[in-house]
Amino acid sequence: MSVDKDTVNKIARLSRIAISDAEADKMVGELNGILAWVEQLGEVDVTGVEPMTAVISNKLRLRDDVVTDGDVRDKVLANAPAREGSFFGVPKVIE
Amino acid sequence: MSEYRIQGNTGEWEVVIGLEVHAQITSESKLFSGSSTGFGAEPNSHVSLVDAAMPGMLPVPNRECLRQAVRTGMAINAQINRWSRFDRKNYFYADLPQGYQISQLYHPIVGEGEIEVTLNEKDPDSPTKKIGIERIHVEQDAGKLMHDQHPTMSFVDLNRSGVALMEIVSRPDISSPQEAGAYLKKLRSILRYVGSCDGNMEQGSMRADVNVSVRKPGGELGTRTETKNVNSIRFMMQAIEYEAQRQVDLIESGGAVVQETRLFDPNKMETRSMRSKEDAHDYRYFPDPDLLPVELDDAFLEECRASLPELPDAKRARYEALGLTAYNAAVLTAEAETAFWFEDLLAEGVDAKQASNWLMSELFGALNKLGKTLDESPVNPKQAAELLGLVADGTISGSIAKQVFEIMLETKQGASAIVEEKGLKQTNDTGAIEAEIAKIMAANEDKVTEYRSGKDKLFGFFVGQTMKAMQGKANPQIINDLLKKALG
Repeated sequence: MSVDKDTVNKIARLSRIAISDAEADKMVGELNGILAWVEQLGEVDVTGVEPMTAVISNKLRLRDDVVTDGDVRDKVLANAPAREGSFFGVPKVIE
Repeated sequence: MSEYRIQGNTGEWEVVIGLEVHAQITSESKLFSGSSTGFGAEPNSHVSLVDAAMPGMLPVPNRECLRQAVRTGMAINAQINRWSRFDRKNYFYADLPQGYQISQLYHPIVGEGEIEVTLNEKDPDSPTKKIGIERIHVEQDAGKLMHDQHPTMSFVDLNRSGVALMEIVSRPDISSPQEAGAYLKKLRSILRYVGSCDGNMEQGSMRADVNVSVRKPGGELGTRTETKNVNSIRFMMQAIEYEAQRQVDLIESGGAVVQETRLFDPNKMETRSMRSKEDAHDYRYFPDPDLLPVELDDAFLEECRASLPELPDAKRARYEALGLTAYNAAVLTAEAETAFWFEDLLAEGVDAKQASNWLMSELFGALNKLGKTLDESPVNPKQAAELLGLVADGTISGSIAKQVFEIMLETKQGASAIVEEKGLKQTNDTGAIEAEIAKIMAANEDKVTEYRSGKDKLFGFFVGQTMKAMQGKANPQIINDLLKKALG
């Protein structure tokens, strides 16, 4: 598996990451290096082996339905680039 | 079930509809965090660091949300998947701080089931149809955006962010706006019976994405469009009508339907294309590495099944067995609240027929006039049972009961207290009644003659006059008996 420059640009756009043409070129090489490295796993024969869902064998922990959190508006908004009253302010998005 | 055809220039078209219903799961706290789900709170107050997607925060699923999804699945006879998994659906939007929605694409918690619908749930002879359910999965809701508060900014409120939703996906088995309406109504009723969703469409607890395509009868499926976030049954039916007609017109004038997302505008009664963003549907799903698979054990499933209430169809059959008409049984079971009210009356010892007749005529009539729902009724089942008990044991007549009920609605007084205070007790004093009858016959000699010469209908007149003279307080059965004797 490998990626070309169009794919890199598409992934960047979907992730809302601005990259220059030169960066995209560089990224193609780097990503393909990573992919090739991971591809080595393909050498292992996994016929009949159940896909692993987690590296530790553990059960999913479930919570009881009680309110134990929230009511921390100032903390939540503390890192907002723009705060407007009780709201986050973001550049206008409208369909 | 219903033959719905659109007449085009090239002949008839049929409509193929599938619905994806998002139903908010009734729970105290969110799907993956301990913040409250309460409606109408101060902006961003029901938000934890998990809901705001702060780095390092980990989701922990709410058992109750999974339980409610499973119970809903059981109520529609669906396959329950003991092993399911959460996936990330990746997209960028200001109302989604994580940058992905945690959902279930590959392994939903509930598989195939079905819902039987009828075009008119109050008509027992109305034809029925089974609508297939493809799946129910559990996912997070997003936050809310407000666009009209500031000239250059949109405001974000994350109170809804992370609230648990069930997405209930139907098969494209629906073939008319009426069927779609019947399906949504029935689904809403089931959710409310089960208690997994309050079904409140105005508050956004339930909304539908509507997939519509058209084809020549029996032909190949056409390209579908998806109209998003329709929040009332009426709007959904209008959206389908408009969208199907638009597609027929488009195809017949040489165009082609584009697979796209549309919005319904209830003011203009039309659907409009949402400016479709390239790549918008490239969600790059993958299993959420923060969450292990959901594995449901026997004890969990058993509890889900054992806690299911009697569902509308079973209830209707049982009510009919109690001696109610099919119509009454259908009306009483269409909404969970009505059935629960009715059963509360029975629990108070009211006879089934008396309870059903009174509820459907007197109570519904009064609520209608007051513009209130059953939940807001000024009289509760216990108070109503007291009133109906007075009728059943002959203390007051049916017509007096109506008066007493009106006073109860106004003053919230108990029925017995009102009857006592206003002296409305029915009299069985035959002497008093006979005296009034004698007076009435004397004053209406002509009518007495007419009656005796065969005009039977006049009997009602005498009953009315006697009851009036007794100020409604005489036992009607005794009036009847005495009148028959007196008139000969």
